[in-house]
Amino acid sequence: MNTLIIISLLGVAAMMADAFRFKKILLPLIVAGLIAALGFAVAAWNSNLSYYHEMVLFNNYALAFSSLLIVVTLLWMIISKNYFSSETNMAEHAALILFVLTGAIIMTAFSDLSMFFVGLEILSISLYVLAASNKSELRSNEAGMKYFLMGSFATGFLLFGIALIYGATATFNLAKIASVIEMSAAAGNTPMFVYAGVVLIMVGLLFKVSAAPFHFWAPDVYEGAPTVITAFMATVVKTAAFAAFYRLFSTCFHDLTGFWSHAMAVIAAITMLAGNILAVYQKSLKRMMAYSSIAHAGYMLMAIVAMNKISANAIFMYTAAYSVASMGIFALMQAMTDAGNESVDSLKGLSKNNKGVIVFLSALVFSMAGIPPMAGFFAKYYIFLGAIQSGYQWLTLVAILSSLVGVYYYFRVIFVSLQDNTDGLGHTLNRGQWTLIILSAFISLLIGVIPSLLLTLSL
Amino acid sequence: MITLLLLFVPLVASLACLLFDKAKVKVFALGTSLINLGVMIYAFTLFKSDMSYQFIVDYWWVKDLGISFKLGLDGISILLVALTNFLIPLIILSSFRIDYKNANAFYSLILFMQFALIGVFAALDGFLFYIFWELALIPIYFICLFWGGEDRVRITLKFFIYTLAGSLLMLIGLIYIYLQTPGVHSFDINILYSTALSSADQSWLFWCFFIAFAIKIPIFPLHSWQADTYTDSPTQGTMLLSGIMLKMGLYGLIRWMIPFLPEGLAQWGNTAMILSIIGVVYASCMALVQKDFKRLIAYSSVAHVGLIAAGILSLTIQGMQGAMVQMLAHGVNVVGIFFIADIIFRRMKTRNLDELGGLANNTRVFTILYLIILLGSIALPLTNGFVGEFLLLNGVYQYDAWMATFAGLTVVLGAVYMLRSYQKVMLGEPHARSIEFTGLHLTEKIVLVVVAFAIIVGGLYPKPILQTAGPALEDLLAQVKDVY
Repeated sequence: MNTLIIISLLGVAAMMADAFRFKKILLPLIVAGLIAALGFAVAAWNSNLSYYHEMVLFNNYALAFSSLLIVVTLLWMIISKNYFSSETNMAEHAALILFVLTGAIIMTAFSDLSMFFVGLEILSISLYVLAASNKSELRSNEAGMKYFLMGSFATGFLLFGIALIYGATATFNLAKIASVIEMSAAAGNTPMFVYAGVVLIMVGLLFKVSAAPFHFWAPDVYEGAPTVITAFMATVVKTAAFAAFYRLFSTCFHDLTGFWSHAMAVIAAITMLAGNILAVYQKSLKRMMAYSSIAHAGYMLMAIVAMNKISANAIFMYTAAYSVASMGIFALMQAMTDAGNESVDSLKGLSKNNKGVIVFLSALVFSMAGIPPMAGFFAKYYIFLGAIQSGYQWLTLVAILSSLVGVYYYFRVIFVSLQDNTDGLGHTLNRGQWTLIILSAFISLLIGVIPSLLLTLSL
Repeated sequence: MITLLLLFVPLVASLACLLFDKAKVKVFALGTSLINLGVMIYAFTLFKSDMSYQFIVDYWWVKDLGISFKLGLDGISILLVALTNFLIPLIILSSFRIDYKNANAFYSLILFMQFALIGVFAALDGFLFYIFWELALIPIYFICLFWGGEDRVRITLKFFIYTLAGSLLMLIGLIYIYLQTPGVHSFDINILYSTALSSADQSWLFWCFFIAFAIKIPIFPLHSWQADTYTDSPTQGTMLLSGIMLKMGLYGLIRWMIPFLPEGLAQWGNTAMILSIIGVVYASCMALVQKDFKRLIAYSSVAHVGLIAAGILSLTIQGMQGAMVQMLAHGVNVVGIFFIADIIFRRMKTRNLDELGGLANNTRVFTILYLIILLGSIALPLTNGFVGEFLLLNGVYQYDAWMATFAGLTVVLGAVYMLRSYQKVMLGEPHARSIEFTGLHLTEKIVLVVVAFAIIVGGLYPKPILQTAGPALEDLLAQVKDVY
């Protein structure tokens, strides 16, 4: 809880930075605040406390995901310095980012549907603004607009679903909803409202995690938004969305698994295949990463489909591995944005200009593609383990096929980086980007070699 | 302890290579690989030829998931670890005349490969085996990508995706068996062996494992990555691939498939045998018409390993013994013959058989050594190839006489294409460029002499190999036959 309070206070403070003229120390303040918040989250381990008449419940699941979100945000700060240095809007940018994080943490910790909705909206609305925050760029405005329109539409579905569930069960509390559904399922008279509600909530959430066929907004928004914001969306926001998705479905709709899991399995399969196959045809690295993030959403959906006792850990492992590796690749992406060329072909000469970068880049790409000994492999292994345990062999087979397609386009990044650039140009990384690439490659390796680091969480 | 030493000396050496002085890195890599060979010989003196696993190392890796870091050697795996440790110094020595750019990375990758290969052969935990299996793919992929020929990007990618597809199928199979283990699930090999699987499960699991191994071996019709990759890799990469890496697939059949799936084998073994035999005949015929020397050897390699796979699948002691002998023999011979191809290519700048000829006039030592290695590949009596092929054909004959008849063609066809290549390269009218063919350098001589020596010793006295592997193989067959 302290974590949540600190971060929202930091957000409020950041808004005041302009008025009270402490913009210079704002960044150090935020970093210190985030570290403190992380400390509180770790300290609260095993405490399992509930607040505000059971509106939020900080159990280990919430704490683990909150810590992950904060750590990834801290990693993200390494490359986003420039984003905060444009003198005019620094305070607003910082405040919005912190509000996104606040919403994200609520989404990992809610134990009440209304709180879930509040968290989601805090996150989404801040994100709409951030996507459009590069005001002079037309594409950024377009991204913000698109995200807002599509996002609000999905939120509508979600809200309608919540209303129907409330209508059927007369409560917002997750545990109570679960018990009502369990009783009615046992009696064999589950109201139609519940089914309709589950479907609508599912649609809303699938939109938020950019699962096919609700993924059409993602490539445009990812491409148009400022690169640092794309990085934030692909990692922190995605993690939060999946944390919430699993929390909601595992507590509330566990007894209806037979109803929604088959549809979800098909959606997971389509998402993996669509994401990976469409990524092959992308010329811009940013768009490619957008499709790859869609594909990864498909793998994570597998864990929700499996819905057994390792699913929570599997999602945690996967979001951690994926966020860390993506962060490294987005550091490279940022260098490309700075140079004004985001096409994969412009990576030519990268290896020559930045000696040694290819080692770390390969490590990151291997992690994304799920090849041992990187974290991405272990995460994928865990997802497969869960799916096979629940009898989804066919889904695992689809996942494997789409992984192979994934290798095809991920490895292109390595090939192109190794080539020499004919015109002698090519991207060079600055110090922050270097740091982040090395750091995330190292973390990926560490998690891959000692997966117990994250698995002993026993969520 | 010895197992840990065998495994980690190459890993440490591999990392050290990156920091080493560029000019001396070759010598350093050779030195460390010789140290490992020394450790290997010491391990052999301690090894007792019975059926048990020895030098066991067992730590938990991920305890919650029943994954342990468990290594050990029995009669089967110690021979393959020995083969790895014997060939790596030769492979490194064979590169002494070549100046690769980024030499540090090159030798580092070769030693890393050694680490992964030893891990594959020594692992006694399913998950660990899988990790090493995949790890072995990474260095060879980069070796081909960085130092390969013209078309390397396309070919290495095809190779990688091909093998990864197989690996992931195997992962599904492993996870499934793991989930059937009683009590707290575990990947320990003994627990996996004792897990009861229904006949229907074994049927589909058979294909998960078989396809993974068949891609690596390669068995027809999953061989199409192989000739391109062999041709386009740098010679040392080809040696690693053909000499050691494809033994991973054969070893996988013996250790990680047959004991799990006796009933699956009863259902599909015949089909797999037929595929292997088709591969033998098909690859031999392909080798007959190749113009590129390296491609010819690549196809001959497919034919040889097809026969080894058939011997293993015949589930007879002769076939298994033959497979062990032939795995070692093929490893040594193919490294020798690829090196000969490389020596010729470096001097003549061509691998096209039609543009070569009359080299025998220039250098006598080379001619003799080439002939010995060639005879080993053809499996002439008194060479190591003969012992292996004889036992293999014996095993296949016991399984099915007709199959043995077709498989026996490999002996005839092998003689035809190998002798044809010898004739085209060494005999006949000297080609214009052949006059410039210079004698062998010292390091080249050492490699070829060692290989030739191993071929003759292996042919005259194969008993140590048979004795080392015998008890373990008989035990394995007894386990399988119980279920039949």
